[in-house]
Amino acid sequence: MRISCPHCGERALDEFSYLGDASVTRPDPAAADAADAFYTYAYERRNIAGPTQELWYHQAGCHAWLVVTRDTRTHEISDVKAAQDVALERVNSTTGAA
Amino acid sequence: MTSENQAFRLAGRGVVDRSKTFSFTFDGIPYEGFAGDTLASALLANGVHLVGRSFKYHRPRGILTSGSEDPSALVELRTGARREPNTKATVTELYDGLEATSQNRFPSLRFDFLAVNSLLSPVFSAGFYYKTFMWPASFWEKLYEPMIRRAAGLGRAAMEEDPDSYDKANAFCDVLVVGSGAAGLMAAISAARSGARVILADESFAFGGRLLAENRTIDGINSAAWVKAAIGELSSLSNVRLLPRTTIFGAYDGGTYGAVERVADHLVKPAPGQPRQRLWRIVAKRTIVAQGATERPIVFGNNDRPGVMLASAARSYINRYGVAPGRTAVVFSSNDDGAATINDLANAGISVAALVDARPALPDAITARAEALGARIFAGGVVSDAIGGSRVKGACIIDASGATHTLSCDLIIVSGGFNPNMQMTTHLGGRPQWRDDLAAFVPGAMPKGMTAAGAANGSFSLASCLAEGARAGSAAAADVGFDAKPIAIPASDEESNGISAFWHVDRAKHKAFVDLQNDVTAADVALAQREGFSAVEHLKRYTTLGMATDQGRTSSVNGLAILAQLTGKTIPATGITTARPPYSPVSLGALAGEHRGKHFKPTRLTPSHNWAKEQGAVFVEAGLWLRALYFPKPFETDAQTTVIREVNGVRNGVGVCDVSTLGKVEVHGPDAGKFLDRLYINMMSTLAVGRARYGAMLREDGIMMDDGTAARFAEDRYFVTTTTVNAIKVVQHMELCKQWHWPDLDVQIVPSTDQWAQYAVAGPRARDLIARIVDKPFDVSNAAFPYMAVAELTALGGIKARLYRLSFSGELAYEIAVPARHGELLMRTLMEKGQDLGVIPYGTEALGVMRIEKGHVGGPELNGTTTAADVGLGKMASKKKDYIGRVLAERPGLTNPDRPRLAGFRPVDRAARLRSGAHFVGRNTEPVAANALGHMTSVAYSPSLGHWVGLGFLSGAETRMGEIIRAYDPVRGEDTLVEVVSPTFYDSEGARLRV
Amino acid sequence: MPSDRYSIFSVLTEALRGQTGWKPAWRKATPKPNYDVVIVGGGGHGLAAAYYLAKRYGLSNVAVIEKGWIGSGNVGRNTTIVRSNYMLPGNIPFYETSMKLWEGLEQDLNYNAMVSQRGVLNLYHSDGQRDAYVRRGNAMRMHGVDAELLDRDAVQRMYPWLNYDNARFPIKGGLLQRRGGTVRHDAVAWGYARGADQHGVDIIENTEVTGFRITNGRIEGVETSRGFVGARKVGLACAGNSSRVASMAGLNLPLESHVLQAFVTEGIKPFIDGVVTFGAGHFYISQSDKGGLVFGGDLDGYNSYAQRGNLPVVEDVIEGGMALMPRIGRVRLLRSWGGIMDMSMDGSPIIDHTPISGLYLNGGWCYGGFKATPAAGLCFAHLIARNEPHAVARAYRLDRFRTGHMVDEKGMGNQPNLH
Repeated sequence: MRISCPHCGERALDEFSYLGDASVTRPDPAAADAADAFYTYAYERRNIAGPTQELWYHQAGCHAWLVVTRDTRTHEISDVKAAQDVALERVNSTTGAA
Repeated sequence: MTSENQAFRLAGRGVVDRSKTFSFTFDGIPYEGFAGDTLASALLANGVHLVGRSFKYHRPRGILTSGSEDPSALVELRTGARREPNTKATVTELYDGLEATSQNRFPSLRFDFLAVNSLLSPVFSAGFYYKTFMWPASFWEKLYEPMIRRAAGLGRAAMEEDPDSYDKANAFCDVLVVGSGAAGLMAAISAARSGARVILADESFAFGGRLLAENRTIDGINSAAWVKAAIGELSSLSNVRLLPRTTIFGAYDGGTYGAVERVADHLVKPAPGQPRQRLWRIVAKRTIVAQGATERPIVFGNNDRPGVMLASAARSYINRYGVAPGRTAVVFSSNDDGAATINDLANAGISVAALVDARPALPDAITARAEALGARIFAGGVVSDAIGGSRVKGACIIDASGATHTLSCDLIIVSGGFNPNMQMTTHLGGRPQWRDDLAAFVPGAMPKGMTAAGAANGSFSLASCLAEGARAGSAAAADVGFDAKPIAIPASDEESNGISAFWHVDRAKHKAFVDLQNDVTAADVALAQREGFSAVEHLKRYTTLGMATDQGRTSSVNGLAILAQLTGKTIPATGITTARPPYSPVSLGALAGEHRGKHFKPTRLTPSHNWAKEQGAVFVEAGLWLRALYFPKPFETDAQTTVIREVNGVRNGVGVCDVSTLGKVEVHGPDAGKFLDRLYINMMSTLAVGRARYGAMLREDGIMMDDGTAARFAEDRYFVTTTTVNAIKVVQHMELCKQWHWPDLDVQIVPSTDQWAQYAVAGPRARDLIARIVDKPFDVSNAAFPYMAVAELTALGGIKARLYRLSFSGELAYEIAVPARHGELLMRTLMEKGQDLGVIPYGTEALGVMRIEKGHVGGPELNGTTTAADVGLGKMASKKKDYIGRVLAERPGLTNPDRPRLAGFRPVDRAARLRSGAHFVGRNTEPVAANALGHMTSVAYSPSLGHWVGLGFLSGAETRMGEIIRAYDPVRGEDTLVEVVSPTFYDSEGARLRV
Repeated sequence: MPSDRYSIFSVLTEALRGQTGWKPAWRKATPKPNYDVVIVGGGGHGLAAAYYLAKRYGLSNVAVIEKGWIGSGNVGRNTTIVRSNYMLPGNIPFYETSMKLWEGLEQDLNYNAMVSQRGVLNLYHSDGQRDAYVRRGNAMRMHGVDAELLDRDAVQRMYPWLNYDNARFPIKGGLLQRRGGTVRHDAVAWGYARGADQHGVDIIENTEVTGFRITNGRIEGVETSRGFVGARKVGLACAGNSSRVASMAGLNLPLESHVLQAFVTEGIKPFIDGVVTFGAGHFYISQSDKGGLVFGGDLDGYNSYAQRGNLPVVEDVIEGGMALMPRIGRVRLLRSWGGIMDMSMDGSPIIDHTPISGLYLNGGWCYGGFKATPAAGLCFAHLIARNEPHAVARAYRLDRFRTGHMVDEKGMGNQPNLH
């Protein structure tokens, strides 16, 4: 597998380490249902067979966290974004809505 | 001498170099061959056909093929530490001095004791093991299995360490061409001419594939000569890398291919500095699989006898190596290609006794030629059985009418058609497709960027190989942006490729083998089917068909064809087993490369490592680091004496310990405080500039992740430390928090473990020593620089430094850091300037003793299952803020008051020794799991107290203070009474820290 | 005469008549309209559960529904190791139950799965590792399980040819469980299938479960590629495909599917007697009764349903092998493959009810499912038959993550690829 890091270009698999599902985000710790929400966030997985969004870390490179869209059946990677950009978009859209 | 020796060498044929004669031995007998021979061709040149014994029945086995698919001709190559078991004679390049030995026989190849297994074969059917060896039950380990294991395996691994070295390399190309036959060469040429970066790899030492093995004409010249010209052009191009002796063994994701280059396997031993083999990781934008096809045998009686040979192999030995594989041949085929072998045999002066073809009608040209040669023709006939033991002596033929004929011969040439070598196209999950017209599987949908050309794609004629290769090469180059023009397709002579599917002679009288190496017969396939093992994978696993070192390249399709006949299903409906990497077996040495011995993993050394080495330090592995464990004096005979001296030296004077391996991270930015508040369980934003604070962080699941200190050098500038083992993990965690959880925080993280050399200076006289190190006018007095103060300053006369008043030992202590390049200077200076203070270096062992005396938790306590409260840090957790792990730490299982909590332990008998890993049980209870109360995590002999002390986790620790319990250690045969005490054994008020 | 039972007599009789009298090891059943229990997944666990349901719990109206051929999942693609050398009280009794069932398996099934107790040796390379193994060994002993601590010399006596002199991480000793060993993996599936079949269980191959019929929170049966099959109770034993199957019932499980590669070399004359695990790298090895070195290492590390891995892990594992066993450099890798592991969030399995009444889950086996096969089958059968957990499987609750009662041997937390 080779991942195109937005900062470093296409690099071999062994430069990266894997965390997991990028479709979930850390819940609001102040919410009334925080205990449930954190349980779901930390433990339950959709574990999809197909294209998934995942967090990868460019450990042996620029230390960027990446959101990688990858098919778990074929390992084919269709998209790579810097996680910080995705996260900023998420934060801005939430604050914008508020 | 050469000519008598090589009695089967043909004059004027082949591409071997007759000017270079090589001597070699097989089973100790000397022979000669030529440069360009394989071990198999050289043995055949000397009339040697019997080369091995089969796995189960120990039947004599010969040379079936001329390639990497051979199931039979396996030998032990070389001797001693370089012994290579199961080496295929058919691909072993001959070299002067080669030594080979037959394997899996006792006492000799000709007289093999275990051939008796053949007599027991009525019992030893497929799946036999599962039905027996059960009575009595206790006999399996004692008798049956040792017996089976004694008979297991083929060759013997070397007894000693492999003396050769291995290398790894990376390569990138636009077009990777796998195989250098007609299709591969045309593909490489057409891609290369466009300017694309091309890699052409072939598993043989000579490029050309079947073009060397066939007597064909291309563009008016002999095919071998045409190959020479093609390779000449390719090697003149700077954008082409030729990799002979290189097997592309696996396709991996993202266009990555694994390949092994046999750099020095054709030498007695590698030249100095030369690797034996090299692992290539090739990243290719496009790949053309042009690995040709493998001929399949026909399954008939005694078809495993030495002298039974594939037609394509016979042609290889004649045309490429100039060797006659026999004197009189019977040809048994089901297709034009096999039948046409009579031409090559005749050209080589081998008499053709008969042409037996399963097809009722043969092409006129073949019939005419056979007649001209005086061969008997059996159209619609079969060879039912080979006659002979360790060498074919004749063939039993059943003609179309059912009449039996027995002919003398020493060679039975077999061809059942061809299976494309498309294993690589399935490594990433592709499924092969069946083609009835070819009676073979061909590549199905292929991974992105991969195509197949020529025989590998089911295009068997030379003309189609040339054309398809050229097309594939230019298409691949064009695909990745090169201006690839179609190239001229050379003309080739004509051939016919008719085939009628034929697999198995069911009228055979003798055992008919499907898998020659694993001794799987047609009867075994039928038995498996009868017992319900009729899925192809069940068949394979039940009979071991296709699981030998050839991965079923000569047997799988025959096996499933026979199965299909039995079940009445078609072959495609029967299915096919999955080919897995490697394409052909790869030595483990090559896959490991240089990562073995001391170089298994990199070694990280601290800046003052050399100084410590000079002092005679004993080092210990701490992750990838080497750290000084202790510094023995010449008169000290055991580690304990040294460690006690070091601890006393610190507690009564001053000592220096290298703590450079601690993880170090700069955290900068206006939101740095806020950021650290969310990471640590305690507040960091309230930390005053110029101060440090101990902190703990949790994982999101509420379990302790790490501990360390945070120092604040400016409003927006923190410096935090982590434990040695967690340095990388904590940075990764911080980056995740910053980039993913809280991207809006204005904070930067700079890992700087390697940038700073850091030393703990500890003991009552630490201040005196530090005062001599830091530059004036910095004031190190307790008033000016109290406990937990930090400062940026200069030391050693202008060197940038950081000073922290931190203590792990429990004494008045500092940590001083300088840029890594000054680390050794700082260490030497501390030792020099502290000489009159009695300064000593101390290692991690003394450091550990002092931390246990103080009750500080370390690695054994932060084991990934303990909470902050478990390790006694519950009160540190802030209730005023959120932080990673807070919510899930409140789950009932983690807040249960019965959880084992940190406590201290001391032996009731003060002379007794404590041991980590002991489990606690009540004083008067049985030491069984149901009564377990916890376990000891860290122990040390405390020089300060004069007895052993321990830390551990104990259920109800708070209420058991003063209780006497058992520390039970059955694996070490110990059982010690201990008293439960506070984990802080030394200076529990901390008075010594603050002086 | 049908050869139903394997005996010295039947083996010899069949030898004399050309092996023509053997019957299929199990019937190729077609689905009936209704069953008491349907087990989804014809792997080792599913077949074992069916066997014990029929044999021990008297439920013979049972079907095992398998998408492909039985034993096509992890029971047929593992490194064949069995052991009960666990550390935590939630695990040891369960795995020891499994070990005891292994020890009696051949006689129980009348099928030789070649249970071979040649010992499992875990090497340690540091004081910290030794202490962790001591903790584990002591916990085993306190549960009545065999465990021995070996020093370096004792290890060297057992395996004199390991790398002792030129190692980056020198061997300091090992924890040995003599009763550990290996079992011929495929034969486990076949033996349980044959046993279950003899007790009336229908083994239905090449049939895919495509959905669940659930009414008012209660299971009524499964939709399959061959139509609806009614069932009072349904048990999922789908290993790496647990999440896919459970999602058809609307469940998100605390599981991730990861790929684990395994490797076998060409057959060579046996020289590795037992199982050896390297403590300073990702490498464990044994040698099969055919002579192949069977070994494995770490997960590839990313979620996958592809049953294959990548080159970095191949290299990593074999580097560990050469670091530990420098004499194997010229032995050749024959075959590598990948299995889909149902990695749970604490590295321990789940045998429990689901929120849907009558639907039971057996999953989360990570890469340790093979050794668990007999006990997993037994405990799953117990749960399904009695509706309560078996005494040795009480820790394997589905809701333990919600309540904070994880069973985390490695201490890696909720990151499945680190377990």
